[in-house]
Amino acid sequence: MVKIDTISEENYHLIQVNGEIDASSSIELDAALKEASENTSKILIDLSNLEYISSAGLGVFISYLEELKKKEVGLVIFGLKEKVHEVFEILGLQHLMNIVETKEEAVKAVNEA
Amino acid sequence: MLTNKLKIRLSLLAGILSWLLFTFFDLYLLFVEKYDLNVNLSEVLPQIFLTTLIVSTLFFYRYTITKADSVNFLDLLWRVFITGLVTTIGSLFIRGFFFVFKNSTITENALTINFLYNILIGLVVIFLVSTFVVWKRLILYQKTKSLIQLWTIFEYSLFASLLFDWFGYKLMSINFNTALIFLCIFALVLSFNLKWIAYLNFKQKWKSILFILLSGIYVYHFLINLHNFTETEALSLDLLDRVFMVSLFIFIILYAAIAVLVTLFNLPTSSVFERKLQEAIDFQKLSQSIPAGQNAEQTYDILLESSMSAVFADAAWLEIKDTEPVLLTRGLTEPTVKDIKDLVKQDYIKEVLSYRFNGEYSSSKIIGSLHHPDYKSIIAVPVMIQNKQIGVLVLLQEVGEAFNREMVDIISTFVNQAGISLENFHLIKEAIETERYKEELKIAKSVQKSLLPDEMSHNDRFEILGYSMAADEVGGDYYDVLEPTEGIFNLIIGDVSGKGTSAAFNMAQMRGIFHSLAQKDESPSAFIKQANAAMSRCLERSSFITAMYFRIDTKKSVMDYVRAGHCPALFYSASSKKICRLENNGLGLGILRNSEYDQYVEEYTIAYEPGDLLLLYTDGIVEAKNDDNQQFGLEGLEPSLLNHINKPLEDVKDGIIDDLMSFLNGNKLDDDYSLTIVRFS
Repeated sequence: MVKIDTISEENYHLIQVNGEIDASSSIELDAALKEASENTSKILIDLSNLEYISSAGLGVFISYLEELKKKEVGLVIFGLKEKVHEVFEILGLQHLMNIVETKEEAVKAVNEA
Repeated sequence: MLTNKLKIRLSLLAGILSWLLFTFFDLYLLFVEKYDLNVNLSEVLPQIFLTTLIVSTLFFYRYTITKADSVNFLDLLWRVFITGLVTTIGSLFIRGFFFVFKNSTITENALTINFLYNILIGLVVIFLVSTFVVWKRLILYQKTKSLIQLWTIFEYSLFASLLFDWFGYKLMSINFNTALIFLCIFALVLSFNLKWIAYLNFKQKWKSILFILLSGIYVYHFLINLHNFTETEALSLDLLDRVFMVSLFIFIILYAAIAVLVTLFNLPTSSVFERKLQEAIDFQKLSQSIPAGQNAEQTYDILLESSMSAVFADAAWLEIKDTEPVLLTRGLTEPTVKDIKDLVKQDYIKEVLSYRFNGEYSSSKIIGSLHHPDYKSIIAVPVMIQNKQIGVLVLLQEVGEAFNREMVDIISTFVNQAGISLENFHLIKEAIETERYKEELKIAKSVQKSLLPDEMSHNDRFEILGYSMAADEVGGDYYDVLEPTEGIFNLIIGDVSGKGTSAAFNMAQMRGIFHSLAQKDESPSAFIKQANAAMSRCLERSSFITAMYFRIDTKKSVMDYVRAGHCPALFYSASSKKICRLENNGLGLGILRNSEYDQYVEEYTIAYEPGDLLLLYTDGIVEAKNDDNQQFGLEGLEPSLLNHINKPLEDVKDGIIDDLMSFLNGNKLDDDYSLTIVRFS
């Protein structure tokens, strides 16, 4: 089960993900990312309330990497819990995604990009 | 126990014997009296045999007349009619005899009179008792407990009156009348049980009235005949002086009279009842109209026919927008259907006709009027499945305002029932489809099993064991080993993102790549780079594969490896007795689908010693969660491995799986999980 809220801030979209992302709930994440990528050039994703992400959920992030790069949309994720962070790291996503700890860092990172 | 047939024969025999003995003793007593013979014979003997005659006749008919059910009401009445006819003809002969020998001495002889009277008694008993049994069957149709109790009291009282009659009270005496009134009140109360009449159709009701009226004539005739005998004043035993007989007569006449009246008054409503019955039958037909494997056309036909006959519609059509659109018409052509659709003025009906309808509909609003040369009234009922309109049933009448709400209610139940039938039909179809998919998944499972190696190639420098379990029928985990040249072994473990069929397909592709590339003795980084390029072309955008690839050189006792985003393998060193996680940098296959990927590939080398152990696993093991939402994790896996480290490989695997299962404590695994263990020697 997952609950995803998108908040439009001044110059970026903030996507807050709560709960767990598995194969079925990854569709909601996909929809949120799609919507944000079409409407803004700066996306922040708050994963501080994400308890678990399955490989299908990671697949959603991965599927947007190339497109966002092409569109020059900045994406920063922050607030990952240890277990979730481990999953991102094992897969090597820290090489391709901007992962930071706090929202302040994320705002800074997304504005610099 | 006696069989039914034997009981019938015995009671018949008893009846005939009783009559013979009754007549013999009756006449004998008369003879004795007339000639003043000094014979000591009890006067009660004829009484006894008359009673046994009645009782055995009663038993005879109880066994021969079957229970009433909706089919045989008329048969029962027919029986009364026929029995009455035969016995009446018999009694007519007796009257004829008196008529022929009107002035002869023979008709004034007490013996002759009594003999003929006894014959008449036999006939009357047969008719009355058989009619009594039939009435009983009719009264007790759809019986209740209290009705049975009432009837039992009545029947026993009648039997009691048989014995009461031995005292010889005359008609109109106080005792006689008291007993008679008592029995008649019972008879009257019981006579109002006429449920069977409701089940007769119009024609059957007329027939019943006819049969009962004719039976009434027999009764009248018997009474006249008996009365004539009474008037001769030569009778030794008068039937009309017996409470039993008189109350039986009254009961039969009462029930017949009430039945005729009730049937008569029910005649006008019987067509309504018949129609309701027909509706119920149609309803049942609708609900049973789609047995497995048949098409929906039959349901459509029945729905149309029954709806039309229920509201006396002149024309109708049924339109279904299913996978195959259907338009069935009755009494009008397709162009007319179009015309009428255009002519409809009411918005509500328009909505129904154009499938813009959801949820409940109001039955008063789907009745409308038309300005069409042929049709003036219309009902349009939406056909719904799961709150979605899939069709419409339209009924038309030539006269204006021909439909009412009650009709709509009937049609609605028909349509709902048809909807349920159609839904069942869909469900059955789906179930068959699902069954087929299941079958195919089973095949896929067996195919996929064959993709994992049965035996893993190795030499005397190491042992190896692989184990895999899929969460669904098919999974996305893969492991394999190949020996491209002697002493060199290429080992892989991989995990396709997601699970189920699509993961299984990607796993098969991964296997193809492994089997073509790992045939050559190349470095792990070369393999991973080529594999990424190859898999990038066939993976869906959101799919990726994590893998770990080892090149084991058993001559030099070293292994080179690359971790491509896979869970870090565990390397156990026998000398230090410690576990080292092989968690170097690396990116999953298919995440970066161009040459940029290559810069993230890092290759490492480890030297191993005898007794060292390598454990490869997929995330299904470390991400397995128990009820408290805790993951097994490396915190669970590493101690488990250390616990079983010195056992044979098979036991190491079993030990780890057992530990995992006891951690899960019955919680189901929802991901594929695999293990590959290598022990060097």
